[in-house]
Amino acid sequence: MRNIYHTRKTRTCIIILFALLMTTTVSFGAEPLGKRIVLDNGMVLLLSEKHEIPMVTVNMAIKAGNTAVPEDKAGLASIAASLLTQGTAKRTANQISSEIDFIGGSLSTGGGDDFATASLRVLKKDIRTGFDLLSDVLMNPIFEQKEIERMVKSTLAEIQRQKEEPNIVANEAFEKAVYGGHAYGRTGDDVAAYLPKLTRQDILEFYKARYSPNNAIIAVVGDVTEQEIIMLLKEHFKGWKGSNQPLPASVAPPVIDKTAVTKIDKRITQANIDMGHIGITRENPDFYAVMVMNYILGGGGFSSRMMDNIRDNKGLAYDVHSGFAAQKEAGAFEVSIQTKNESANEVIAEALKELRRIQTDLVSEKELADAKAYLTGSFPLRMDTSAKIAGMLTSIEIYNLGLDYPQRYAGLINSITREDIQRVARKYLHPDKMVIVVVADQEKAKLK
Amino acid sequence: MRNRVKSENMTMSFVKIVALTSLLSVSVVATSLGQDLKVIEKVLPNGLKVLLKEEHKAPVVTFQIWYKVGSRNEKLGTTGMSHLLEHMMFKGTKKYGPKTFSQTVMRNGGNDNAFTSQNYTAYFENFAADRIGTALELESDRMQNLLIDPKEFSSEREVVKEERRMRYEDDPVNTMVEQMMSVAFSAHPYQWPVIGWMADINNITRDELYNHYKTYYAPNNATIVVVGDFAADKLFAQIEKYFGGIPRGADVPKVAAVEPKHRGERRVFIKKQAELAAIFAGFNTPTVKNSDSYALEVLQGVLSSGKSSRLYRSLVYEKQIALYAGGDYDNISTDPNLFYVYAGVMPGKTAEEVEKALFAEIEKFKTSPVTDEELQKVKNQIEASFIMGQDSIFNQAMLLGEYETVANWKTLEKYVANIRAVTKEDVQRAATEYFSEDNRTVGILIPIKQ
Repeated sequence: MRNIYHTRKTRTCIIILFALLMTTTVSFGAEPLGKRIVLDNGMVLLLSEKHEIPMVTVNMAIKAGNTAVPEDKAGLASIAASLLTQGTAKRTANQISSEIDFIGGSLSTGGGDDFATASLRVLKKDIRTGFDLLSDVLMNPIFEQKEIERMVKSTLAEIQRQKEEPNIVANEAFEKAVYGGHAYGRTGDDVAAYLPKLTRQDILEFYKARYSPNNAIIAVVGDVTEQEIIMLLKEHFKGWKGSNQPLPASVAPPVIDKTAVTKIDKRITQANIDMGHIGITRENPDFYAVMVMNYILGGGGFSSRMMDNIRDNKGLAYDVHSGFAAQKEAGAFEVSIQTKNESANEVIAEALKELRRIQTDLVSEKELADAKAYLTGSFPLRMDTSAKIAGMLTSIEIYNLGLDYPQRYAGLINSITREDIQRVARKYLHPDKMVIVVVADQEKAKLK
Repeated sequence: MRNRVKSENMTMSFVKIVALTSLLSVSVVATSLGQDLKVIEKVLPNGLKVLLKEEHKAPVVTFQIWYKVGSRNEKLGTTGMSHLLEHMMFKGTKKYGPKTFSQTVMRNGGNDNAFTSQNYTAYFENFAADRIGTALELESDRMQNLLIDPKEFSSEREVVKEERRMRYEDDPVNTMVEQMMSVAFSAHPYQWPVIGWMADINNITRDELYNHYKTYYAPNNATIVVVGDFAADKLFAQIEKYFGGIPRGADVPKVAAVEPKHRGERRVFIKKQAELAAIFAGFNTPTVKNSDSYALEVLQGVLSSGKSSRLYRSLVYEKQIALYAGGDYDNISTDPNLFYVYAGVMPGKTAEEVEKALFAEIEKFKTSPVTDEELQKVKNQIEASFIMGQDSIFNQAMLLGEYETVANWKTLEKYVANIRAVTKEDVQRAATEYFSEDNRTVGILIPIKQ
């Protein structure tokens, strides 16, 4: 139950490391991670055969995320994705859920920043039913009016509910300030403003423009051969029309030329602090140096300076971490900390101190060696389940990393020097031009 | 826009663990359809139980150690000790100073964490296969040589208080659930939160904590579970080398508390700043050691597993009165625990109508049997989940550890067979037996403005 388990570190540690997902060690086998096949209809298939367990895991990424939607239609991509499973030409929403539940499988669709996702997991014996359902929801959704209304209503309620979670309130305000009108900065409020104006026509047009095989990546991991999967895909995705609509122009995030503090008042015991600015894209060649730098700064859990200083030494926080959201377009660099109201000033000062310190002084040899040891040595743990492999294959494709990426990665990490760390710290950290959001009992926090 | 976890999955991380582990509730009914889980069990002379399972699908290993101590072993006034102790286990031994533990693990390419529950405290390290020696060295050392330095203790106590603020003080739903639990158990330690009441956290002394450590962190009160890419006989020899010399401890104090049968509904109201009302109710139910637990598990599946489940269909999809609605069965528990149902109230709807609908769904299980299709669906879901769970060595180890700690891991081998044997009549009978109004505790969150 929700209050039964208490872990020592929050799951945010896993989130921090998400961007480190592509780490590996050079000793991790000469076996390729999988095989890449481009189908006739343009769909990119990535296959990793695993025959020990009779199950199949499928991850799809479709270029139909928030970046495919103009600023005045915030939330359209997510709602379109969520509605795929709410009724097709062949099946009602209830029939879809009954069918997938009956075989003990799972089928879900959802939105995202750059891509919409569709996931399927079934036992091998149900693979045909699984693909029948998956292709049906992707190819034949009908976006029935009452389903749209139902989805809009529950989305608005969820947006409202989230306002009672101070960490979400802080994060939304942070993203709005950092991203401005950029697609990555669509907040609950933006979505709540648009949804009442949403029409079925909007959804249909978006769906037709974006949901096509040439915009889709499908990663398949499990008990299926190349021959089997190609046949299944050919059969089930037959007739899925292509589309070549360009994405709308990207809105540039605002230029922040000096630190600005946003204070939001709530009767709570903790200050929820989010601070940062725009960071880098995944495909920036400095990505690896930045990841190593961030690991040392605040991404490496108990091996990081922020955790060491603010939690371990001073006992001021349970959760403290930094991260770079590196996506197709530049994501945010964000430091996130929660501390009792009265300590807000102190932790903000300490966090800024750490940002400056990693710029002014070279990191130690030991810190660098430990970071490299972790990043390369932990690679096998990032590939030890079907879901992780599917995710990794998808990332390889999205960011053009190549299927030999696992073999190349250790070299990329191990070649980074202390000087590289300092260079990227100076280039990509801006402690004097920060967005700082503090959701707290402002009277008690007495922010400077 | 940040991808938020949908509200009906609010408790997802916990629910998932409970759901995964609740799959493994098995009674001691013997059947002929056993499953060989390929676990090798050995017990050292000092009482330490070791469960090893070889898995060569990936070159990784998960090493876990499960201590049979949780919030149930505490006393009012010093609740939260087991959880605080879990934190202190990372703060230094005679040999390895503070900060050394996690940094050593990470330097070896590993991940580590720990968790405390009502019934156990467990620690794990996940490594590439060739680094297992690190875990053995570190875990055997801190089982006996923890320092609990007073300064580290003061500092870490503050960290735990921040954790409590984040999870409870500033979370209106959790505040309500916490209070509901305190009333669902009036005579048993499950009444207090694992993290402890705030005043108690402030009250615990370093020496009391050290005493708690010495009492419960003994080889005879622990189980080591290792799953992954190793050779069992070689690993067992290593475990013996590192842990064999630790002396057996005294028998740990028994928990004699028994929650008496409830003779009337209990209701708890919490008024706190929140956006939506919420309801959390619990029925006092038996554990995996009782053969009724299978029927209850199947019932829980029909009630809340997937979007075709009764609660979701009725309250969320059709009536649209709940933003989220679900259920959980806490059967992997040392002492009898709760079967929960919960719902978040949609704006514009009342807690009264949602509560009414919630319990109307519960009533149906008493008055009519589940359909053949529902029964088969849930059995399929449970079986499929069991098979798919084999994909993760971490998951496999978790199930073994949890199960062994509260009951016996061997009954896992008959789990699927016992689920298959559940009939419609069993489900109806279990509902009638346990889902009475008298046997329920209801918590309601009433949102108020700031």
